[in-house]
Amino acid sequence: MAFIVAVAIWLLALALLLPAWFGPWGFPEAITPLARQIDSRMTLTFVLSGAIFLLSQFALGYAVLRFGRKRKEAATYIEGSARWEMLWTAGGAAIFIGLSLASYSAWAEARFDAERHSAGDADRLIVEVVGQQFVWNIRYTGPDGDFGPTDPKLIDDSMGNALGVDRTHPMGEDDLIVPRLALPVGREVEIVLKSKDVLHNFFVPELRIKLDAVPGLEGRLRFTPDKKGTYEIACSELCGLGHYRMRAFMEVMEPAAFETWLSEQAQYVQ
Amino acid sequence: MPEAITYTEVERHAEPKSFVGRWIFSTDHKVIGIQYLLLAIVAAFVGMALSMLMRIRLVWPDRPYAFLETLFPTGAPDGVMTPEFYLALLTMHGTIMVFMVLTTAPQGGFGNYFLPIQIGAADMAFPRLNMLAFWLTFLSFMTLMAAFFVTGGAPGSGWTAYPPLSALREATSAGNGQDLWIASIAIFCLASVLSAINFIVTTLEMRTQGMTLMRMPLTVWGWFTTAVIGLLAFGVLLAGGILLLMDRNLDTSFFIPAGLVVSDRLIDRAGGSPILWQHLFWFFGHPEVYIAILPGMGIISHVLATFSRKPVFGYRAMIYAMGAIAGLGFVVWGHHMFVSGMSPYSAMTFSILTMAIGVPSAIKTFNWIGTMWGGRLRLDSPMLYAIGFVSIFVAGGITGLFLGQPALDMYFHDTYFVVAHFHLIMGVAAVMAMFAGLVYWFPKMFGRMMNEPLNKLHFWLTMFGVYGVFGPMHFLGTLGHPRRYAEISGVDYLAERGSAELHYFITIASMILVTAQLLFLVNFLWSLFAGKKPQSDNPWESTSLEWTLPSPPPHDNFAGRIPVVRRGPYDYSVPGSAKDFLMQHEPDGAGAAE
Repeated sequence: MAFIVAVAIWLLALALLLPAWFGPWGFPEAITPLARQIDSRMTLTFVLSGAIFLLSQFALGYAVLRFGRKRKEAATYIEGSARWEMLWTAGGAAIFIGLSLASYSAWAEARFDAERHSAGDADRLIVEVVGQQFVWNIRYTGPDGDFGPTDPKLIDDSMGNALGVDRTHPMGEDDLIVPRLALPVGREVEIVLKSKDVLHNFFVPELRIKLDAVPGLEGRLRFTPDKKGTYEIACSELCGLGHYRMRAFMEVMEPAAFETWLSEQAQYVQ
Repeated sequence: MPEAITYTEVERHAEPKSFVGRWIFSTDHKVIGIQYLLLAIVAAFVGMALSMLMRIRLVWPDRPYAFLETLFPTGAPDGVMTPEFYLALLTMHGTIMVFMVLTTAPQGGFGNYFLPIQIGAADMAFPRLNMLAFWLTFLSFMTLMAAFFVTGGAPGSGWTAYPPLSALREATSAGNGQDLWIASIAIFCLASVLSAINFIVTTLEMRTQGMTLMRMPLTVWGWFTTAVIGLLAFGVLLAGGILLLMDRNLDTSFFIPAGLVVSDRLIDRAGGSPILWQHLFWFFGHPEVYIAILPGMGIISHVLATFSRKPVFGYRAMIYAMGAIAGLGFVVWGHHMFVSGMSPYSAMTFSILTMAIGVPSAIKTFNWIGTMWGGRLRLDSPMLYAIGFVSIFVAGGITGLFLGQPALDMYFHDTYFVVAHFHLIMGVAAVMAMFAGLVYWFPKMFGRMMNEPLNKLHFWLTMFGVYGVFGPMHFLGTLGHPRRYAEISGVDYLAERGSAELHYFITIASMILVTAQLLFLVNFLWSLFAGKKPQSDNPWESTSLEWTLPSPPPHDNFAGRIPVVRRGPYDYSVPGSAKDFLMQHEPDGAGAAE
């Protein structure tokens, strides 16, 4: 029995760990420097936690195997060991808190700068992403570079004004509202995240970042996509019966193609 | 000549005569404990049935089932489950499992039955309060079940009930399911606070002579610590629930900001914050994880020592670790909210505290292995469940190292990775501890043994079933599969990466797992009436006070003679002793004399 228990514990541990590394279910391609930075911290965490996991499961199985068979000698009377307690307290604290510190810069990069609204870089593309049950609305500033004011009373889906943009305002007349997030490759993007009704969540797996769209708040995410392609935005906060199908596409394209796309959309809207 | 066992004489309690007084509105902590256990067993099977429906809908979304149409005419018209119904299933599954199973059985069930006996008391400090707490819990369960059958059906906002979805009738189905849900939770909070006060006072005031705090079994420490957490946590959820109920019914705006437009209608509310609810909810919700698992940790320590024939490795360290978990548990709630939109600057604090709470968990794990090390293991089924617990606890806990780092949590938050993590660490680990406790104490509670071969079969099916169900969910998470999706075809990137195959595998594994639990139920019921009688009042040769009593113990436990406690709870294999265990009331030399 002891042998079976030990082997079962080891097999189950390996069955969980090995596919995580060798299986076909790894992360999707990373398309920003930030995503690759996060991936490297993932690997670090995986290696350390995997080692602790295997060590614990191996020790557990080994204890069963060694002390679970018929033994002649009595059990040893040990009440504990301060030295061992110190070892796993200090070791655990060092590894766990060390990991937390190691990935902090990635978090700061994803969230802090965007939160500060720092103006400096004029080249940054600012796009508004607004969730509603169960679609994403994407707003571009238009040629003037400014978003127009909005008023919920002006919302009119049939007129293509899902966000209630004041079209009479000079800053609002050229605002562009589309269902697709197009981005130029290699340029820094700032997403301004909002919601019209309930909580939603902006998640593109290839970006490795995620943030709730909270009604009444503006969330900000900043990243620089450097791989062209079409990706999906999957809503990742329960928002009601259509949650599972609330998605939009994010397309990263050549800068020239992006400009063409923008002007085409503007004509279409007019 | 060795000293004799000594007793404190106390007044006896008269046994109630009527059937109702004895079995229904009983003030006997043992009867109340069994009532909690039965409630938890019923709730567990309801919750499990709901999870089966979820698994079925995910892999066979269009297949009709006639019985579903009969049971839920609106949720499953023509027998096909709607997406709304899927959300109702997951909401009710989570709520039932977290509140009615994981919070009731380990604490209200085993704690009620064995805490007074293990500390040498005739009953809880407040027996009537105890009875009230159980019946409020029962009322809470009935209220929750009623949500299925009101207009609009059960709520679909998840067990976390995040507003505005949960707060606005316009945003989800307009029925009263969500109101019943809130009422149920509020009643449950009240019951849990009453019960927590009772546990704390009982532990501090009712211990027999010689039962110092540092001689209490770790089970008692687990229940006591859990009660302290419950006392501080449930009140916050109660307050939050009342605010949410007011937002739904009295047009207040605690959680509803200005300018919401739902289905093209402007909502005339202003001033609230959806994030406020999340703070209130998780200030309760994270400690709740420990409410579910700490009693289990106590039971596992107790069982591992008994079946290893060795003292618990680091008894004091185990108590300090529980205290650290309880304390830190109150300051880590923000890790549920890294991507909620709250200030990103708070993440560092929550992250370091969260990672720090891994330390006492690691201490406990290694001390459990240390307890077995050098022992003389008896691999009876309680021990198997305990070993399984440690394996699953490690598997579930280790992924916390990813989720505790905000940069990595951004990817995993709200994916199946989280589902795998919390099911293993909070759900299945706690349930394994319940199995260990139930099989271990069954002879004491019912005077019969459970069927050992059936237990072993159940253990193996459960062990492989659990890894089969929750293992692959980690991989769904690495694929970026959001949770709470009613259909797995909602986004393309998942289908391309083989998520459907993983879902099939999980559904098949979950069917095996559920079958195994039916086997356990059969064994439980059969053993109640036809199980073989234990060879003695102490079949496992344990040391704690409950094993000095007849099985089942009399109404007032010790029949007026409470033993004086002479030693700590885990004196196994004491050198120089003739037998390999010394019970807590046995004086020095008792073993040698026999």
